[in-house]
Amino acid sequence: MDLYQQIILDHSKRPVGAGLREPFDAEVHHVNPTCGDEVTLRVTVTGEGNGEAAELTDISYLAQGCSISVASTSVMAEELTGAGITQAREEYHAMKAMLTSRGQIQGDDDVIGDGVAFAGVSQYPARVKCALLGWTALADALARRGIDIAAETSTDKDHS
Amino acid sequence: MRLRDGYAVTNGTLAAGGFSAAELDQIRADFPILGRTVRGGKPLVYLDSGATSHKPRQVLDAERDFYERLNSAVHRGAHQLSEEGTDAYEAARHTVARFIGAGADEIIFTRNATEAINLVAYAFSNATSGGGGSGGAGGSSAGGRFALGPGDEVLITEMEHHANLVPWQELCRRTGATLKWIPLAPDGTLDLSSLDSRLTPATKVLAFTHVSNVLGVVNPVAELTARARAVGALVVLDACQSVPHLPIDVAELGVDFLAFSGHKMFGPLGVGVLWGRPELLDEMPVFLTGGSMIELVTMGESTYAPAPQKFEAGVPVAAQAVGLAAACDYLSALGMDRVHSHETALADRLRIGLARRPWVRVLGPTDPAEQGAVVAFVVDGVHPHDVGQVLDDAGVAVRVGHHCAWPLHRALGVTASTRASFAAYSTPGEVDALLAALDRVPVIFGLEAS
Ligand SMILES: Cc1ncc(COP(=O)(O)O)c(C=O)c1O
Repeated sequence: MDLYQQIILDHSKRPVGAGLREPFDAEVHHVNPTCGDEVTLRVTVTGEGNGEAAELTDISYLAQGCSISVASTSVMAEELTGAGITQAREEYHAMKAMLTSRGQIQGDDDVIGDGVAFAGVSQYPARVKCALLGWTALADALARRGIDIAAETSTDKDHS
Repeated sequence: MRLRDGYAVTNGTLAAGGFSAAELDQIRADFPILGRTVRGGKPLVYLDSGATSHKPRQVLDAERDFYERLNSAVHRGAHQLSEEGTDAYEAARHTVARFIGAGADEIIFTRNATEAINLVAYAFSNATSGGGGSGGAGGSSAGGRFALGPGDEVLITEMEHHANLVPWQELCRRTGATLKWIPLAPDGTLDLSSLDSRLTPATKVLAFTHVSNVLGVVNPVAELTARARAVGALVVLDACQSVPHLPIDVAELGVDFLAFSGHKMFGPLGVGVLWGRPELLDEMPVFLTGGSMIELVTMGESTYAPAPQKFEAGVPVAAQAVGLAAACDYLSALGMDRVHSHETALADRLRIGLARRPWVRVLGPTDPAEQGAVVAFVVDGVHPHDVGQVLDDAGVAVRVGHHCAWPLHRALGVTASTRASFAAYSTPGEVDALLAALDRVPVIFGLEAS
């Protein structure tokens, strides 16, 4: 099955940076009510503002659920730990655009790295929520820290 | 009566009491959707009838015929279409009533079982606040048996579908009554050992499911009902997973209310049933209000029609009710005893197949006498969503997740499960197709062969 790329299976068995760490700036708990996937996610941001100057110094999480949701959260943590908010915003929107494209967008590994392994998920509408769970949790955690990465911006249009 | 070896032993041919291969072919030919393919040309293997069943041509034809010949707002208007539409709707009520051994006036058509259960829960609410006709018109004493307050208790079970759980939580929140529940034993049956401390004179309602939609456990209705009677509690039975699969007679069950959905028993979407004892329906306050359920209306107040009309506000779901009656006729013609034997033999075949796979763990009691035709299992180390995806890739449709029974899963210590469920059109070959597809799971997810 194309859906279960080796990258996904590897990440789901050995999630990168898993575990909840202190200190943190914000914590969220998200669930996918259709199947009971759960993620608790913490972020630490250093630096000021909503862009280049602010950095995601740590993303720690506890993910419980299907291979798609755990692996996607793991890829997100791998991609964005230590990244600037500008990059987080760009990757969040690129992942979302790919996952909701019903197979139209393959994803760019220069932007989302291993995230491209999830391109096949967009063919299965019931699984898109699983693949977005960690990313949505991240956006929510950052929002609680006063940083908005989810708002649609003009750069989204490039991906959609 | 139960076929413990049936298909499992005779390997794909016939089980005594169930359907012959030729009969099965004939049944399947009635269900157009079973001929379609999925996921790139694979034959559909539909093992999710517990979520919703497919509909035979006879039901689709009956619904279509209503729209083509009789379409009208039933119980409104004196023209011929309305008369004939009303006759068809009321005839449907009689057919559905007969199917469960009830009187026609005891059948209330709702949108689904969820609405039927909410209808009862809101009747309690309204009795408590003095609304819904509980103060006199359409009812007898003020509130009566339906009024709840602090100190009163509602008893449910840890096994319930959310449809028979959340409405009672909300009712308790609105009235100040306390919600209690019968816990699940580790084997997935109800733990009745401390029932005496839970079912007491404070208990005003006992609501529980006849057959678990996850484990297939058949609950002891007679025993629970007798115990509830002894303390004066009303009994509400969620029969969503029993009416479609077992011969049901409300008089034999002895409960006070019974709810089920049409769409799980070959009927159309959008119609469900609440059955209630006539004397309770008389007394019970109304839930939804508006047209068709009134007796007299003035600007200041209204009085309500007798049951069942007072519980059917608005233009009723007539075409769907007619379709549901056709589904009852279809099931009656098959014979519910045979439907039950057939499905039980399929579940046995699946359980035996799963037991040969040590990496699969079947949820629920090990004593098969307590299991119905629903089988839920987990593959340790692989999330049910992933199991379901592998099965779906082979054209096998099952349910994955918590199946609207989250507390049950929590009690069993799993987050979710994979569930196969059957109907009269299910075949031994489909069970084998599921097992074959399942064998790809340990390969894809690299489980150690143990
Ligand atoms: C045991 C049980 N109760 C209640 C329901 C609710 O039925 P519906 O969603 O049709 O109202 C279901 C099915 O979903 C069920 O299996």
